[in-house]
Amino acid sequence: MPVVTLRAPLKDLAGGNRDLTIDGPTVGDVLRTLEATWPKTAGWILDEHGAVRRHVNVFRNGERVDAATALGGDDHLQVLPSITGGT
Amino acid sequence: MPELLVGTKKGLFVLSGEGAEAYRITTRAFAGDVVEYAIRDRRTGRYFASVTSGFYGPRLMFADDPSGEWQQASGIAFAEGDDVSLERIWKIKPGEAEGQLWAGTDPAALWESRDGGETWSRNESLWKERIAGDWQPGGGGLALHSICPWPGDPMRLAVGVSAAGVWITDDGGESWRTGFTGIVPEYMPEDAREDTNQLCIHNMHRAPARPERLFMQFHGGVYRSDDQGETWTDIHDGLPSPFGFPLVTDPADPDSAFLIPMTGAEDRVVPAGNLGVFGTRDGGETWSRQGDGLPTDAYVTILRQALDRDGEGDGMSLFFGATSGEVFGSSDAGRSWFTVAPRLAPVTSVRVA
Repeated sequence: MPVVTLRAPLKDLAGGNRDLTIDGPTVGDVLRTLEATWPKTAGWILDEHGAVRRHVNVFRNGERVDAATALGGDDHLQVLPSITGGT
Repeated sequence: MPELLVGTKKGLFVLSGEGAEAYRITTRAFAGDVVEYAIRDRRTGRYFASVTSGFYGPRLMFADDPSGEWQQASGIAFAEGDDVSLERIWKIKPGEAEGQLWAGTDPAALWESRDGGETWSRNESLWKERIAGDWQPGGGGLALHSICPWPGDPMRLAVGVSAAGVWITDDGGESWRTGFTGIVPEYMPEDAREDTNQLCIHNMHRAPARPERLFMQFHGGVYRSDDQGETWTDIHDGLPSPFGFPLVTDPADPDSAFLIPMTGAEDRVVPAGNLGVFGTRDGGETWSRQGDGLPTDAYVTILRQALDRDGEGDGMSLFFGATSGEVFGSSDAGRSWFTVAPRLAPVTSVRVA
């Protein structure tokens, strides 16, 4: 199953878990399962329309992807803040 | 000891102090995030903060102790089927019913909590007015930023929207009517002014001692209404500019309002660097500048929610913060001023806890 790696503050919202194994056919499905399992993460990565937030980057095996990207069982997702989001 | 909640571009600062001395920072929360607005609900002691992360978006947080753990409120979010996303939570306002709070957002929507601020739901009848009226944003977005409950009557409420005018309800938000009459949008062509709903309200407050009276800072005008927001009279004569954002009223004196004019839409700093709060004690017939103790040559910007008051009458305290990071205070209704905090991050809001 795909592994999702989170950093602070998302890691803290997910019960302190840095790496989570979550099954799902697409990036969006995996992230929605993450939200359902750890409700405090809801709205932090995906917006109201199910898209990855503009200033958050999701990488699959080092390549930036969007919510519709299909996943395989050995994929590794990393969720990172974008360099564009600071104020 | 007075406690100030100062929202900034770099988190929430809780300041505590007494007298005309600099306050000390007792808490900094949400470091690095924009805190658009923060209040303490004096009925319950609960603190609320509107927090916008540059990465993870906007959310409403609450805590019983601002130095402790904050929790995220739920419900202030648009549905997947809506054509919008939440950009900012502008305002949180205690209501008149037990456990009731209101919130205003960008895109312009009114939200209500009945459980002390933990869960929220959208006011659907005003949302339908937004859709039907094709509300358009002002420079700061399409923002519902002013919420004016009627003291003692939870059924009556007025809200101000940039740029969609004044909306009034007498049935707790089941139905709404406009309060547009008398407002002159000089930024519109003359032949389009009468029918437009593009009315850029900048701030609106009720006079609690005479609830049918409201004061409004407009995008080019300062207005007073004596009929609960139905009709408006321009009262800006005597001010250095009709443009600005901050506004407060005195709960003891319905003829009083205090504001801080900016030069204009194209130059949003204090006119000629002459920093001061302008007050009226006669319903806007006359205005006087009150700036003793404030810096000169101060080309600073004071944002919409960065002016607040505590107490009332001649002993009323006033506090405001600038985007330059300074916070100033007065304990004599503006006659004299002192520096509360000299170097915070750019100030977005100031509220007395």
